[in-house]
Amino acid sequence: MIEINELHKSYAIGQNTLHVLKGINFDVAAGEMVAIMGSSGSGKSTLLNILGMLDNADSGTYTLDKNLIKDLDETKAAIYRNKFLGFVFQSFNLISYKTALENVMLPLYYQKVARKERQERAQKFLEQVGLGPWATHHPNELSGGQKQRVAIARALVSEPKVLLADEPTGALDSKTSYELMDVLQTINDTGITLLIVTHEEDIANMCKRIVHLKDGVIVEDKKVKQVRASSYVE
Amino acid sequence: MWNRDRWQEMFYTLRKNKLRTILSGFTVAMGIFIFVLLYGFGNGLKNSFEEFFLDDSTNTVWLYPGQTEKPYRGFKAKRRIIFRNDDLVDIQQNFPFFIDYITPRISRGALVKRGKESNNYTVRGIAPGHQYAEKTIILNGRYINEADVKNKTKFACIGRLVEKDLFGNKPAIGEQIDVGGVSFKVVGVFTDEGGDNEERLIYIPYTTRQRLEKSNDRVDQIIVAFRPELGYAGALSLEKKLNNFMRKKHNIAPNDRSGIYVRNVAADLKESQQFASVLQLIVTFVGLGTLLAGIIGISNIMVFVVKERTKELGIRKAIGATPNSVIGMILHESVFITTIAGYVGLLSGVGTLALIGDSLEEYFIINPYINTSTAVAATVTLILFGAIAGYIPARRAAKIKPIIALRDE
Repeated sequence: MIEINELHKSYAIGQNTLHVLKGINFDVAAGEMVAIMGSSGSGKSTLLNILGMLDNADSGTYTLDKNLIKDLDETKAAIYRNKFLGFVFQSFNLISYKTALENVMLPLYYQKVARKERQERAQKFLEQVGLGPWATHHPNELSGGQKQRVAIARALVSEPKVLLADEPTGALDSKTSYELMDVLQTINDTGITLLIVTHEEDIANMCKRIVHLKDGVIVEDKKVKQVRASSYVE
Repeated sequence: MWNRDRWQEMFYTLRKNKLRTILSGFTVAMGIFIFVLLYGFGNGLKNSFEEFFLDDSTNTVWLYPGQTEKPYRGFKAKRRIIFRNDDLVDIQQNFPFFIDYITPRISRGALVKRGKESNNYTVRGIAPGHQYAEKTIILNGRYINEADVKNKTKFACIGRLVEKDLFGNKPAIGEQIDVGGVSFKVVGVFTDEGGDNEERLIYIPYTTRQRLEKSNDRVDQIIVAFRPELGYAGALSLEKKLNNFMRKKHNIAPNDRSGIYVRNVAADLKESQQFASVLQLIVTFVGLGTLLAGIIGISNIMVFVVKERTKELGIRKAIGATPNSVIGMILHESVFITTIAGYVGLLSGVGTLALIGDSLEEYFIINPYINTSTAVAATVTLILFGAIAGYIPARRAAKIKPIIALRDE
């Protein structure tokens, strides 16, 4: 699903350049659930941003579902993002003046799906994350966990191949985190590829594979026995 | 643009962000409102200005006799110049090419009585041409005519307010009035756009006036109307020639400033028209200034709006909005708001002007108005600049990588 070869990325900070990614080689097969771990500054968020086409690499190749992602202009990137990828952010990033349902509907609006169908599909995904009755609530009426689940529904509604989550549990307490991981695992069970950036060991252990990043290189890449989050819930 | 979804999305966004919507709309509406109001006031000022000057004919040269201040050709200084009937004849004979008509004017105050009513009025002895010089409008009956002048009739043409004063609501035509002890028959009632004072006048044949004053042949002033096709240059030339002619005839030194006065209404008009165009310039300047302030206002609002929405735009981009759709959305909203608000400002401005009407006449603002094309052009300008002002920050926002837009927590 994802193939990365010799990926380099550096940022200019004043006079100095900060070499963040120093040659990353990394493949993800369809249906995997990968945790990307590392301390802050290890380059894990940068990697995720490049994977999400929110940022461009300096050199190296990136292939997403057999499409070589290179020199995309903003318009093309937007189309690819909309078609292949779903995003979940640490800070939820919901649009505050829209209800939960409307937030979930938004990606479909940009796919030019008819309003009625948008509504039905969004409602379906809200129910899938357990928020059916909350459809008409605004983000400020929802708890952190609920907001993140709305964000997940929004990421899923365009039926992406890959879901990218940047510290999805970073702003949540551990009980809510486990509930959220349960949702993510269920999603992974349906065949969607998941990449989760986290620095929490227990969250990482709920994935099927852990990639450790340190100072811009992969220091460890191992398959793990998945811990089902449902065992912690209730 | 005509996508229903897009309109729905826009209306939704505007409705959910009422303060922002109202704020931007208010700026535009206010800008247009003030523009319309100021421009209308400027036009009102111009109107009252024109009313002052345009109530009389503009193709006339007025001659007034004075008192010499220099000795000339054996005549002493301080000699009083007197115009007589032969001056009328001489001017007519010497300037046939120039002259449209000529009329003297002899003004006297008189106590005018009719039954128990009486009042003081100015009585003017005139020739028929005077009607055109003053643009007198006959309401009933007729003006003084050539036969009256020839026969020295005791006929009078009275102003509308004279009739009202003396006759109440009854018609005055055919009735007798007592003018300074002499009985006159009213043959006509007139009105004049020059205001109340111009409607409290009585016109009689100048020859009748002369006969009443011991059959002399003096006239107070001479009004010479030139043919309009002479134009401004012709008027100036006539004025000069008339001046020279009269000076020569009455033995007034060419450089004697007070022996004779010549007033050229055409030249006055030219001056006043220049003044009016300066006024117009000021009005335009004020209008443009207001418009500029409005443009700056809407630009500020747009920059603020886009700044406030940076994060939202970042989210939209992360979930699949193309840069063009982001720019399109902001422009669509801003053009929509400015159009509606501009229209509201336009209507309320025009409405206010209509409401004011002539109530500010004391401040020399008569019938303030703004022509539709100016008002619409101003509104369109504001909409256009609102769009440009929205486009620049919108393009910048659309270019920002979503990751940066999302970063600032």
